Amino acid sequence: MTNGKVITANKLTKKFGDFIATNAISFEVSKGEIFGFLGANGAGKTTAMRMLCGLSLPTSGEATVAGYDVYTSPDKIKQSIGYMSQKFSLYEDLTVKENMRFYGGIYGLSDERIKQKTQDVLQQLHMEASQNKLVKSLPLGWKQKLAFSVAIFHEPAIVFLDEPTGGVDPVTRREFWEMIYAAAQNGTTVFVTTHYMDEAEYCNRVSIMVDGKIEALDTPINLKKQFNANSMDEVFLQLARKAVRQAD
Amino acid sequence: MEAVIVNNLIKTYPAEKKSVVKALNDISFKVNAGELFGVIGPDGAGKSTLFRILTTLLLADSGTAFVDGFDVVKDYKEIRKRVGYMPGKFSLYQDLSVEENLDFFATIFNTSIRENYDLIKDIYVQIAPFKTRRAGKLSGGMKQKLALCCALIHRPSVLFLDEPTTGVDAVSRKEFWEMLQQLKKQGITILVSTPYMDEASLCDRVALLQNGAILSIDKPTVITAQFNNTLLAVKADNMFGLLQVLRESGLAANSYPFGEYHHVVMKDNISIEELGNYLNQKGCTTVNIQKANANIEDCFIALMRNE
Repeated sequence: MTNGKVITANKLTKKFGDFIATNAISFEVSKGEIFGFLGANGAGKTTAMRMLCGLSLPTSGEATVAGYDVYTSPDKIKQSIGYMSQKFSLYEDLTVKENMRFYGGIYGLSDERIKQKTQDVLQQLHMEASQNKLVKSLPLGWKQKLAFSVAIFHEPAIVFLDEPTGGVDPVTRREFWEMIYAAAQNGTTVFVTTHYMDEAEYCNRVSIMVDGKIEALDTPINLKKQFNANSMDEVFLQLARKAVRQAD
Repeated sequence: MEAVIVNNLIKTYPAEKKSVVKALNDISFKVNAGELFGVIGPDGAGKSTLFRILTTLLLADSGTAFVDGFDVVKDYKEIRKRVGYMPGKFSLYQDLSVEENLDFFATIFNTSIRENYDLIKDIYVQIAPFKTRRAGKLSGGMKQKLALCCALIHRPSVLFLDEPTTGVDAVSRKEFWEMLQQLKKQGITILVSTPYMDEASLCDRVALLQNGAILSIDKPTVITAQFNNTLLAVKADNMFGLLQVLRESGLAANSYPFGEYHHVVMKDNISIEELGNYLNQKGCTTVNIQKANANIEDCFIALMRNE
């Protein structure tokens, strides 16, 4: 990796016709860091994330993810990352165990490894008794925690989480964040978007996008100092109110 | 006078292997006319089921409910004339323009845009520059504003908004709540559901809903005042490490992350000094402990644990 940086972006830009969705954003994320990627709806977060996940080619600028170039090695990037969102995560008509078998297989893990990992994850989540249940029969909170475990099943260098906790009850939301903390302590880099501003406080560093540009990037403590604010909510409101362009 | 009365509503859905899921488990409450009433709870709590029963789109297994004095089963036609309903999923006609959608809903209810324009004016002016655009091509925030206009165009006496702010960023959420405060001034009773606990404080009264049951129902300030234990906000250099130390300490009834701090619900008869000493002993550095006021989320967590 580039000097221990798991993600580097330098003037990364994506245009759709005349519209500049992501406008020359530059930042770096270190190994094991929890990096919060915030912005109002339509600020350009999703476009930026798609480029970093190797799903969309940039118009200009540079970026590397897990040491691989987004232009030349998008497939290598896909193998090195995990992804989960509130909308897409698990196959509802497969059982808990089948989902793990499926994702393990997709990422090329050996049968032996899949077996071992499955046992580990079931134990961590206290879900041994539910391993043969269909995912659609599980409570939402369990699904989200399982989805996270499956996203890091192949032990990727980085996991991208796109609003992972939307609609989840407050107890499960916190259990979910404790799983994120634990993954980061094991060296997994976490790149996360959220609309819950209290969750921005759990990140090591936070960037805030407005109209395609990164307008602020620092630790939550420094951002609050910089904007003379009591909470990340206030920081976000100050910045997002400057937005000119419309959402989505 | 009560705008909504709910008596012992039960609704079940079939699940796997002939079992059932209890979406609503015997709930009862009343909403006063002119009130801004929040139904707060996570996904799967039963919020949408409740709203669909009250808007006559779904039949309960048992129990009764009245909206504006009318029975949701017997008088469903009357109720449909009187309520506005904005479902969680965008449900306008994507291929009609902004103006056409609004005109369509006005006509269905035997009225015109002009007749009730004063009610929607403040909201409609924000989307008026795009009135010839197809609804399907609007941004999320604008779709939401149009849906609200369409739900209001027949001047309903009771407005049901099912998760209007889900997935919406903090700025748009704030703007939406400001719109609701304006509507309340017009005398419309508003029932709004949300998974965001911080929105509770913006309601006159709230019902906290979890697994189809009401955990608590009252003014937000009354609910938070009922939080009995001492609540502390604690931070230190290594927050994840701190959380583990707090849990192993045996001094706290519960500890959980809460923004910049961890919230610690203290066991009885344990002082701040005692906790501070313990944390220093365990090697936590730059420890900061202060008393905190419980908010709705703290109450929800405490009530969930008592379940």
